Amino acid sequence: MTQPRGSEALRLHRQLTAIWGTGPGLARLAAVNHSVIGKRFMATAAIFFAIGGLLGMLIRTQLASSQSPFMEEGVYAQVFTMHGTIMMFLFAIPMLEGLAIYLLPKLLGARDLAFPRLTAYGYWCYLFGGTIIIAALALGVAPDSGWFMYTPLSSRVFSPGINADVWLLGITFVEISALSAAIEILVSILKLRAPGMSLDRMPIFAWYMLVTAGMMLVGFPPLILGSILLELERAFDLPFFDPARGGDPLLWQHLFWLFGHPEVYIIFLPAAGAISTFLPVFAGRPLAGYQAVVVALIAMGFLSLGLWVHHMYLVGIPHLALSFFSAASALVAIPTAVQIFAWFATLSHGRPRFSLPMLYFFGFLFIFVIGGLTGVMVAMVPFDIQAHDSHFVVAHLHYVLVGGFVFPILGAAYYWVPHITGRMAVNHLAKPAFWMIFVGFNVTFFIMHLTGLRGMPRRAHLYPAEPGLEIFNFVSSVGSFIMAIGFGLVLLDFALHFRFGQAFRRNPWRAQTLEWAMPTPPPAYAFASLPHVEARADTLRPDDVGAELAAGRGYLGFVREGRMETLAVEAIGGGVEQVVELPRPSYLPLITALGTGVFFLAMLFKVYWIASIAPLLIVALFLRWTVGRGRQGDTGPEPIGRGISVPSHFESRNAPSIWATLFALIANATLVASLAFGGLFLWISAPGWPPPDMPRPDLVSSLAVLAVLAIGGVAALGGVSAGAAGRTAPLALTAAMHAASAGFFAWSAVSIADPTAHAAAATVFVALCYAALHAMIGFVFACYGLWRVSAGWVSPARLLDLRIGLLVHLYAFAAGVITLSFWWLLAELGAPGGEA
Amino acid sequence: MFPAVLLVAPVLLAGCAGDASALDPAGPGARAIARLWWVMFFAAIVLFALVMGLFALVMLKPSVGARLPAGRWILWGGLVMPAPVLMALLLVSLVQGEHLLAREGEGDPLRVEAHARQWQWEFHYVGAEGGPVTVGVLHMPVDRPVDIVTVSADVIHSLWVPALGGKIDAVPGHRNHVRLVADRTGTFGGLCAEYCGTGHTTMRFEVKVHEAGAFLDLLERDFAE
Repeated sequence: MTQPRGSEALRLHRQLTAIWGTGPGLARLAAVNHSVIGKRFMATAAIFFAIGGLLGMLIRTQLASSQSPFMEEGVYAQVFTMHGTIMMFLFAIPMLEGLAIYLLPKLLGARDLAFPRLTAYGYWCYLFGGTIIIAALALGVAPDSGWFMYTPLSSRVFSPGINADVWLLGITFVEISALSAAIEILVSILKLRAPGMSLDRMPIFAWYMLVTAGMMLVGFPPLILGSILLELERAFDLPFFDPARGGDPLLWQHLFWLFGHPEVYIIFLPAAGAISTFLPVFAGRPLAGYQAVVVALIAMGFLSLGLWVHHMYLVGIPHLALSFFSAASALVAIPTAVQIFAWFATLSHGRPRFSLPMLYFFGFLFIFVIGGLTGVMVAMVPFDIQAHDSHFVVAHLHYVLVGGFVFPILGAAYYWVPHITGRMAVNHLAKPAFWMIFVGFNVTFFIMHLTGLRGMPRRAHLYPAEPGLEIFNFVSSVGSFIMAIGFGLVLLDFALHFRFGQAFRRNPWRAQTLEWAMPTPPPAYAFASLPHVEARADTLRPDDVGAELAAGRGYLGFVREGRMETLAVEAIGGGVEQVVELPRPSYLPLITALGTGVFFLAMLFKVYWIASIAPLLIVALFLRWTVGRGRQGDTGPEPIGRGISVPSHFESRNAPSIWATLFALIANATLVASLAFGGLFLWISAPGWPPPDMPRPDLVSSLAVLAVLAIGGVAALGGVSAGAAGRTAPLALTAAMHAASAGFFAWSAVSIADPTAHAAAATVFVALCYAALHAMIGFVFACYGLWRVSAGWVSPARLLDLRIGLLVHLYAFAAGVITLSFWWLLAELGAPGGEA
Repeated sequence: MFPAVLLVAPVLLAGCAGDASALDPAGPGARAIARLWWVMFFAAIVLFALVMGLFALVMLKPSVGARLPAGRWILWGGLVMPAPVLMALLLVSLVQGEHLLAREGEGDPLRVEAHARQWQWEFHYVGAEGGPVTVGVLHMPVDRPVDIVTVSADVIHSLWVPALGGKIDAVPGHRNHVRLVADRTGTFGGLCAEYCGTGHTTMRFEVKVHEAGAFLDLLERDFAE
């Protein structure tokens, strides 16, 4: 490790390492540091990529000849389902999360992310969920209905085994990490930046991740809801997707693709963000058209949420409705083109030099442009009639995803692995490896467009022994082996790099972003002191800045009472606002993830008594996280260096945890909005409506519970100031109203005669359970507030616990009102004569 | 490079022929889509060459591109170039789509119900005397539209006849419609495009297109039995 001279810098380094470092041996399991967790995410994702790649090779081996006996159809179904599932959920998403987790604090000038323990918890959920899925593959009971799990094929009738449950529960387990990462990334970008870094000075990668995390926040809840509903149908026979009982298989498709299309851009944008970060370095000038790129990103974010139906052109939707989605799909080409031409402008106005990351940029451009062009083709309804579900689409999606993600990420790896290791690449194998991947990829997938138009459907393990199909498929298989050898060489190349790479001093690429303003490999605390940013954060001088910061001449260039401190700023302007005290390394994330795993395993093996106790265990564990966090006395503004003092986040009105609560509730609201959409969709689209026997709400009890919810809301609003003054009565009233509301909704849910009779009853049942669950969560938060007030953690200055509680209370009461209204609406629509 | 292309091209073109090929159309719908494909294909080659050419230019001779201000690059490449292409394409496919996806029942079609189940296709000739049914074979007359309504008895299937340009999902609980028109007689391959379980690969059928008279004979004579 390189160190600036000077005993002061060295002393600071030792002090900071002592409190920020991850312990040796078993203490590694307690790691919460973003560098450690980020690397774990990326390494784990790389292993899953290798497994998914091997499955891809098995597919190409099977298809190398037309009547191959290599795999029988049941095995083949598991292999192609797992190939897609692993690549999407266990490789691409976690890889981009890992990259963001590792890089963001360093790019933004912070010492860590806003919620280090949450990062660690997300990682363990990812690891355990992924392990469950891989274990199922090893045991031969992997999911086998295709990676988008269309029902009724994935229903209990047609998939009676555990296979589909592995997918639904395992993926939902993994998605905890996606949602926690989304919240983590949003809050960290908006709050944990270096002072002076206003939004328009952010490094462009942070903009990409801000949009990506926003899409994840609203993209994943529909999938999670869909998985919950399908698992409820499989486990408890609630008929959301069964057309014989008022359900509709198309509801699954809508929920899945409501997630599934944003997913493509969720994968692409971080990769493009990596390009927008390293390409300017090799162009020798900052990114051109920064503002245009930001606008393009935001446009992509919004457009991507409005084109999911282009996966569903052939399910029987009227053509004019399809045309709307067709136009939206084609229009996405415009913000994409804006980015590509911003890169061209950057290169042409700079002094471009070729290097390995740029070679991968070339590979990306070549492949992704073809994928984009075929994307416009399949967005056209008439052409999609032929291309849909054929190998043309297989070719297209690989061009988009491998071109748009794998190539940029490999470029990013060659660019940033030196940051992780402190060594430069060896570079003997890198170029042959690139060319083998590039040529192998194109040989595999270019001809596959024709294979598809030639009449080859997806997911068939045999095909007619006609010369055309046989030659095309054989060529694809040969190409795939070339590509696989290329990936093997990349692996070897990185192994050589780790072993023999030459150490460098600082900033080997002459980059202008903050992640290079630190020693490499990076110390656990990232920055010995925090910078003040006065220019766009991709036009800085890391060498000078790094020396200054290491010497402790920035903010927080000291250790205060052994605390892990970093700074938070005003979300937009970037003015320094508060000192954030981060939690120490802890085994709790691991233990809580294990507890969460107990719940998912109990669901998987249908041990429902354990599954109903496990949530209590999980809540107890999460409550354990809060013990000792906070202050029992007011400290007032604390000096942060440079003559400035700001309050600690415990005394701030804008603490990161307030933002996180808000984002969590937005994700939650998206989930319940998806449920409401589902109910109304079934009313419009599903056969068998109106239901023969609709459970109806009772007017008197509805009015009574409305009063309960209103009183609860008013009490919650008064609870914060009362709690500040040490009075607990309003909070106690809030808790009581939550209890009453939970009782009402739970009682309403169980008094539905037969929720399995019809999808209408099942939908109402789930909505009522949702309201009851949130009332219980509100109750827990109210009790927690009562405890915090009485134990002295709250004062007029330290209101964080109560203000987070207030958001949860208001959400829970609003959820009650919405559930009640939804029930009334559905009961009216579902009444005889309420036919759509 | 060029000799290689010349060698490969005939192989590719020969490989595109076949009784279940979208590029070897046997009806007006499939022919229109194939034409759309070739137009898009060659336009895509031009656009691809343009983008890669510009990339080569900015890498090798950045000074040429530097004459254009960065904002202009983004405006011309990001907006002016793609927007008209996309608009024209959307308009063409909207018109073509409206034409292809004709309303059910327009223009005296033959009516057929395709019943999909794991893993076979059953075709019911609606309105024909005796309610004839064929399994694994769809008989249809040449030059007369055939309106197929798909229903499914179990999971989602998708009826696809590449040579006639038709594909539509068979979704349990729904009745979907597709129109097929053949303008030459012969036998064409049909298959299930949506994964429907372990028998998916084998869920194929044949489309036999007959002269109008022969088709009527078939309906009256053979099916009635």
